[in-house]
Order: sequence, then structure tokens, then C-alpha cells
Amino acid sequence: MKRRDFLHKAIPAGVMLPSLVSGFSFRAFSADSPIMQSLLLPVTETDHVFVIIQLNGGNDGLNMVVPIENFNNYVNARSNIYIPEKSLLALNGKVGLHPAMTGLSSLYNEGKLKVVQSVGYPQPSYSHFRATDIWMSASDSNTEVNSGWAGRYLNYEYPNFPNGYPNATMTDPLAIQIGSSTSLTLQGPAVSMGMSISNTSNFYNLINGVQDPSPNTPAGKELSFIRMVSQQTQKYATVIKAAANNTVQQVSYPTKNSLGDQLKIVARLIKGGLKTRIYMVNYGGFDTHSAQVDSVDNTKGNHANLLGNVSDAIKAFQDDLKFLGVEDRVVGMTFSEFGRRIKSNGSDGTDHGSAAPLFVFGKNVIGGVLGDTPTIPVTATVNDNLPFQYDFRSIYSTILANWLCVNDLDLQQIMLKNFQILPLVNAGGCKKAVNLSGDQLISNYPNPFVTSTVITFQTAGGHTLIQIMDTSGRVLANLTDKEYTAGTYTVVFDGSSLPAGVYYARLQNMAVQQVRPMLKVR
Amino acid sequence: MERRSHLSSNIPSSSQKAPFTAPPPNGGLAQYTGVWTENEVIHLLKRTMFGAARADINYFKGLTMQQSVDELLNPIAPLPDPPVKEYATPTNTTNSDGNIALGSSWVLDPNTDGTVNFYRQQSFKKWWMGVMVNQDRSIREKMTLFWHNHFSTETTVISNAQYIFKHHLLLRTYALGNFKALTRAVTIDPAMLVYLNGERNTKTAPDENYGRELQELFCCGKGPDSKYTEADVKAAAQVLSGWKNNSATITSSFDSTRHLTTDKTFSAFYNNTVIKGRTGATAGDQELDDFLNMIFATTEVAKYICRRLYRWFVYYDIDDAVETNIISPLADILRLNNYEIKPVLNTLLKSEHFFDVLARGCQIKSPVDLVVNMCREFNVAFQPSTDYLSNYGLYNYLVSSATNMQQSIGDPPDVSGWKAYYQAPQFYEVWINSDTLPKRNQFTDTMVQTGYTFNSKKMIVDGAEFAKTLPNPGDPNKLIDDICKIIFRIDISAASKTQLKTDILLGGQSTDFYWTDAWNLFISAPANVSNTTTVKNRIRDLLKYFMDLAEYQLA
Repeated sequence: MKRRDFLHKAIPAGVMLPSLVSGFSFRAFSADSPIMQSLLLPVTETDHVFVIIQLNGGNDGLNMVVPIENFNNYVNARSNIYIPEKSLLALNGKVGLHPAMTGLSSLYNEGKLKVVQSVGYPQPSYSHFRATDIWMSASDSNTEVNSGWAGRYLNYEYPNFPNGYPNATMTDPLAIQIGSSTSLTLQGPAVSMGMSISNTSNFYNLINGVQDPSPNTPAGKELSFIRMVSQQTQKYATVIKAAANNTVQQVSYPTKNSLGDQLKIVARLIKGGLKTRIYMVNYGGFDTHSAQVDSVDNTKGNHANLLGNVSDAIKAFQDDLKFLGVEDRVVGMTFSEFGRRIKSNGSDGTDHGSAAPLFVFGKNVIGGVLGDTPTIPVTATVNDNLPFQYDFRSIYSTILANWLCVNDLDLQQIMLKNFQILPLVNAGGCKKAVNLSGDQLISNYPNPFVTSTVITFQTAGGHTLIQIMDTSGRVLANLTDKEYTAGTYTVVFDGSSLPAGVYYARLQNMAVQQVRPMLKVR
Repeated sequence: MERRSHLSSNIPSSSQKAPFTAPPPNGGLAQYTGVWTENEVIHLLKRTMFGAARADINYFKGLTMQQSVDELLNPIAPLPDPPVKEYATPTNTTNSDGNIALGSSWVLDPNTDGTVNFYRQQSFKKWWMGVMVNQDRSIREKMTLFWHNHFSTETTVISNAQYIFKHHLLLRTYALGNFKALTRAVTIDPAMLVYLNGERNTKTAPDENYGRELQELFCCGKGPDSKYTEADVKAAAQVLSGWKNNSATITSSFDSTRHLTTDKTFSAFYNNTVIKGRTGATAGDQELDDFLNMIFATTEVAKYICRRLYRWFVYYDIDDAVETNIISPLADILRLNNYEIKPVLNTLLKSEHFFDVLARGCQIKSPVDLVVNMCREFNVAFQPSTDYLSNYGLYNYLVSSATNMQQSIGDPPDVSGWKAYYQAPQFYEVWINSDTLPKRNQFTDTMVQTGYTFNSKKMIVDGAEFAKTLPNPGDPNKLIDDICKIIFRIDISAASKTQLKTDILLGGQSTDFYWTDAWNLFISAPANVSNTTTVKNRIRDLLKYFMDLAEYQLA
């Protein structure tokens, strides 16, 4: 491969900055640095990849996976927007897929699609913001957790990030999100574990070396200069460009489909050799309070277009992964912050609801429909919602355990509790990756602990702070907060008065910070 | 050439090769008569103070441009109280300073112990950072830093912290005063006598260090018309021989027994002036006066210092037009006013040239400007002044952050000051490289995400509190516009704003009222933890994104 040549030759001139905004700002490395040299080592086998598709707005699950059992009750509840039974795409006979989702129907028939019924959680929130935070942080409905489930996983898999990254075993971004900023999903206990590519056109500007225009003024001159330096110092810009250029051919994707545009980039980067473990993409517009369906033909209209685009995009992505020979390595899922109300409203739409089906897709997925067809009351009222059958955190826990190969002991530290493991993916291919752990500046022993644990930290000298935080980010104690000479020290954390659960020890030493998760058990 | 037409006709539409040549600002020194909107106020504030704080924008918007500049040039706030002892009395020293209580000032307490002086130097730097962060509504802090860059000295060389503070007080006192008088005071200032060896310059062992830099760096410069000679350097050293320091009294004095009493002859550049050799206790003062009168009689001094001021307040690129239309007339004003600085600043800061659209946004923030500007524009909260222990610790993080970005207050790289103000052709661009730019981003990331905690007190950019000071934070479009207006001088595109609104403030939703509802609930029910978290985190993410953009580095 040509990565070596590329790295030695390519100093990007006039490539733009805002296309790459890292979740955390990274130190740059010259081509001679040991870290950049490590990029020149042979590429090792890449492990499993997980792709998260967020459907913003609250997707109407009942019109996506339509109950054939109880069909009359469904029609009664949604007389103005129901999808006619004969138009449904067959799944297992008990439910049918929206007619716009032909792509997913064919994936289902190939055994590459799992439909999980009625995913939710107790005491659901009907607020977009709050429900999204719950899904991303994997918190209970009534607690605040200020890190994301995937961020906690990445903090476990790649401890001490960003200190000591990139390194010989992890040369690439840990996670990539297409969007202006990395979401809560990728937020670790202290820093964001991911980087974002602000939009698809900026991605192409990056790999094509295009810079945003700036005015021909003194200010424009300085702006161009700063952007140029910024481009040269974006730690991961080079590897992303190289990966993109490694993939020369892809299948055709649907046009005018922004989800497809994003997934096309994801496939390109996976094939191109990035070891990035998590990708996250977004597709919005699901907040269908009105005009959800075409007033003449309920199988058409706004929601049908959205579902059609989701289906076409995922189908093209899956075909592309197969074409590129990386189908074995990739599993994806869709999620939305909530489903919608059983009963439709008077504006041919639906209001905020609770549980809804979601999709898990990929060659290694155990195909089929999981769960019972949701029960719909004979006469649904405006307050009726679907109860959940599966906690959304069971989906995450299963993916972590069976696809990303997290062992049982560590799973609780990431998910904060124990959740049911579901038959979603074939666990046989799970191989735990061996990674360098970066520069470990803070650790504790024992972990898990029952009453107290000894925290060992390394300071470069000067003001040093060790504080204990809970999962909501509240500071519970400052164990030390003073000047030190450089060296390694210990402090004891007595957690005897605290409930069992996950706590974080945070080191702050001038410009450096690092967070260590600790598990208190009974 | 008509630069304005050049500008409007030549906005590049696609990939622009950087760097490219851009014309320097237009217009002369005639008073600016254009509009006086928030845009002009922000420009004036970003250049004359550290950042444009919302309260200052509101204040100056209510005045005229002339009144605003007048007020900035005439500080009414008293000089700040001196730094206090905030460090533990060092033990195992030759001269521990246990006589100074915590919270009392050490600046008049003579002490030559190395450890004590090290602590005091740090105390001085933290204090200075605090003064800048809490600056009065005037140009004084920007001018104090200007003089520190001009009469560059290093604490690591001077060592004696009492001298260091005395020198600093001199710069601060003369910040808007008379350049010639300041030069005279600096010449026999104890810190400068240490830094450039004046205290070791005697008739038997002449030391030319200060005599050279006075001409090369402080007064005449290295311009094409600055034609002092090596002989002038030697003669200057002779004039300046005999001064020495007394660390016990923290003063300097003239010792006639160490002074060379012969006549000193200068070159044609100084009209072959002969300074008569004097004897006795007043010889040093008399010869120094003759010497400075001679130097300040040249036309080069005024031009040199006006170029320095121009590069500090406007832009670094001085082409023939700027030299002719700006520098020369400013130098005339300076000489006409016997080297009073204020009339020069008054003319420059009220000029068409200063407010020209080409002059806006073209400064790359110095590290100190970046750090202090961020604290002021976002109203970062510190502790009450009684809690100086916490505040000094927090200021220390700012000092050390700016140092990591290559600007250590009190310690410029050498006697020439920071390269950004003299190193052609890069000038300001010296501040930005592959090491410092990521550090700038990391600093703003930290301040907006986790903040910095010292003594259990946290210093953080509280974006939601900042948003409350804006006119309409419940409207996501206005919120973004109003933030951009303050922190950017080159606005980001409408498409970017829409995308940021959708991705960050609306969390992917398509209707603005989701943000409006969340904001209104945040105001009416701040105890609603989940909503408050939502609002705070979204503004935090927005500010982090903004501050990572290249545009944020400009002022």
C-alpha cells in the first residue's frame, strides 16, 4: 500500500480547517516523530466496527414495523394515517415492514436484519433533548449521567486517551461522527473520545485539498495562514485522507439521500484501513406531528420518504461493505429518542410517544424479529403508549459483550448496571484486541473496591488536583489540591459512605487531565 | 492604488492558495466620520483592551467615537494595589521573608535570597495576569504590555523581584505619558541596570550593552535611516558609566568615581555632537540629559516608536503608503508634542485608517490576548479579592497557559521583545505553529469543558450565564449571531450557522421552538436539572466549536 509514500510526501497546502473538528484538540506530530513513524508500521488486522444511525425527532415505529396481529385495533387508532395491510412488506407474518423499505426487506430476507420490538426504558421522557440524552448516556430516566455509553466503552478500550495517542496500536481516531460536534454518545468521563467531520462536503474538501474561501484582506490573509497551520496539525487529518484515498471504488449510493452520503464515507474509511471502532451518523426530520402521510395515499408522504431513504441508504451501505470485502467486520443499529403515540392526531400526524422498534443490521447479525407484536387497545386514547419489552441498554450491552468483546466484569463499569444480553449478533467472532494503553497517569488498586482504594498518580510537577466525581459529573471530594514536585504519589480514597456504583478519579495537572473509572461493589 | 475596489472585485470563490498578498488598510489620519455601531465599538475594544466584553460594548455604544477614545486614553482608575505574598514562607534560606505576612505586599521588602525571589517573581506574574483580567475601562493594560515588549526585560535575568516590580510600576505609571521621560527613567532603573549591565558599566571597564540597545531597540531602531555607528555605541557607554544599584534600598544611584569624565563625541547621525564630560555628583544626570536630548533631536526616534505603536494597534504591514500617510505624520505629532504619547494615540485611534474595513480582524491574538480576552469576553468568574490565594492560583494557570503558547509575561525571549512585533515577514504569524495552535485549542477546550480547579475553586467559561447577557438567547438564530458578533471579526457563513444551530442547539430537530422552550424553562426553572444540563451542554458545545475555528484566533 501507498500509505508510507503518502505520509512522506503530503504536506497539505491549503486544506481547510473546519472540515475536521476534533472532540478534543490534539497535539500535532511531524512526520519524523516516533508516533508518525508508528503509522508506517504494517497495518494490523482491524477489529469489529459498530455504526450508530441516529434518527432525530422520534421515529414513528408503529408505521415502520406495522402490527398485522391486532391490525384492526391499529387501524382504529390511526384511521387517518394507517398503512394498508396489503401494501406491507412481509417479515414474520405477525408484523410487516413499511412499503417504502424494500431495501431493508431484502436485507431481512438475506438474514442480515434484526428487528427488535418495543425498545424503551422505564418512566420514559417525552422531551427530545432529555430523551436523546438518556439514549446517549444510557442513564436511568431519573438520573443525569454526563458521559456517553460509547465514550465509556472507548475510555475502557483505550484508557488514558488522549494522553499517549495516537500510538503504535491505535493510529486512528477512536470514533468518528459526521456532524458539527461529537455527541454525548461519544463523550468519555472527561473528554470526548471521538472526532467529528462537520459535514459530507467538508469531508470531500478535506480529501481534495480544498480550503474555504477567505477575503483578500489582511484579516483574510491571516485567516488563511491559521487554517493552513491548523490543517497541518490536525492529528488525524492525514490518516483520514490516506484511508479515503485507499478506497478507489464503491457501489452506487442513492442520490439526494444525506444518510446515504454519510454512510458512503463510513464504508470508504472502514475499507481504507482506519481502525476506528465507532462511527455515528445522523438523519433528521422524524418529528412528524403533522402531514406524516400523503392525504390521498397513506403509503406515501413525508414519513414514507424518510423511511425510504433510511432503507435505501442502509441497503446501499450493506451492499458496499460486501463489495469492499469488509462485510464481516461491521454491525450497525438505528435508534431514535422515542417512538410516537399509538393514536394519531387530527393533523395526519403523531405526537411524542415512548417505546419503538429498532434495527440491528449486518452480516453477523442473527436475523429475524425479536419480541412480541405490540398490543394495541381496541379503542386507543390519546394517552396510550406502547410499553417497552426490551431496555435499550440491553441492546448496547449485547453489542459491547458480543460484538465489541467487552468481558463481563468490565461491562458493568461501562453500562453502570447489569442488563439482559439478547440474541442479536453471532458472538463467535469476538477477539479481544490488544492495545497499548497510552500514558497512564492515574490508576487505583484494588478495583473494584469495597470500602477504600489507593489512587496512584503521576505529576509533572506544579499544581496538582485529584478529585472524585460521580457519573453525573458532581465533585464528591478533592483528595489533594496543592503544589507537587514531579513524581509519583498516592492518596487513599475512602468510599465507605457512598453507594455501590461507578466513580471517577480525575487528575488535573496544569494542561494535563486524565480520568480513571473505579467500581465500588458491596 | 484604489484598494477598496480591489477588495470588492477579488473575493476568491474557490481554493485559495495561502499565503497571498493582501493590501494593508486604507485611508489616512483624518478623523473617522463613518457609522458608530457595535461593529466599530468591538473593533476599538479588541485593539485597545483585552477583548470586547458585552458590558463595555454597551457602555461605549452610548458614547460617540470621539468620547470613547477620549475615555480609553484617560484612565481614571487608580493604579492597582501591588502584588501580595501568597506563597508559604520558604524555609532553609539565607534570608527567609517570615516578616511579611500572607496577604501583605512584599514589593518594598528588600530580599536577595534566590528562593524568596523566585516565589516573588511568580507572585508578580500571577498578580499581573489578574490585573489584566480585571482591567479598568481604558487602554492602560494594553499600553503597559506594549512598553514591556518595547523595553523588554526578563525576570529570570534580573532575579531581584523588588526591582522587577519597581520596573513594572514605572512602565505602568508612564503607560500614557512622555516617551522621552520614560526612556530616561528606564535608563537608570535598577532592573534595567541589571538586565543590560548598566550597573557594571564603569570608566575602567566599559559595558556597551545598554548603550547599544538604547539606540538599536529602544529609540532609533534598525530602519534604513537609522545611521548611528559603532563609535556612537562606545560613546553612549561612556556617557552612561557610573550608575549602580543598592538592593537594600531598592534604588539606583550615580557614583562619580566610576564615571568617565572625558568629552564624548558622536557621529554625523547626531550632527557630530560632543557631550561635555562632567565631574561630581550631578555629572551622570547632566550627561544623560544631554545624551537623550541629542537622540531625541533626530527624526528617527519618533518614526521608530510610531511604527512600533502601529504594529501593536493596527497591523504589521507598513508599506510606502502607510509610512508616508500614517507613520510620518504621527511622528510629526509626537515631536510637536515633545514626545507625549497620548496625542499620537488620539490621532491614530480616531482615524479613518484605524477604522478602515481592511484594518479589522487582521491581528492574530497574542497568547496573552487570547487568554485574557477569553476570560473577559465570557465573564469568567473569579473569587472575591479577599480570596487572593485561590485567585493567584487560578491566574497562575492563565500565566502558564500563555507561557505554553510562547508568551511568558515578564520573560520575553530576549531584549528585542516578542518576535511577533518585529520579525519580518511573519510578524503575528510567529504566534501560530504546529505546537502552539493545538495548545491554543486545548486551552479553550479545557476552559469551556472542565474548567480549572485550584483550592477547590473552579474557573470555567459558563456559556449559559454568558448567553443571559445577550439580547435574545431564546432565539437560536440570534443567539448564534450575537455570539459570533462578539468573538469573530470575520463572520462564519450563514450555511454554517444553520448547520450549527441544527446540530448543536436543536439537537437535530428542525424547529427553533425546541431551543426556545428549553431556554425559557432554564430561565424560569433553573432547578430543573435535566433541562438545565441540556441548555448548558449545548451552549458549551457551541462555544467549544467556535473557539476551535481559525476565526477565533483573530482580533
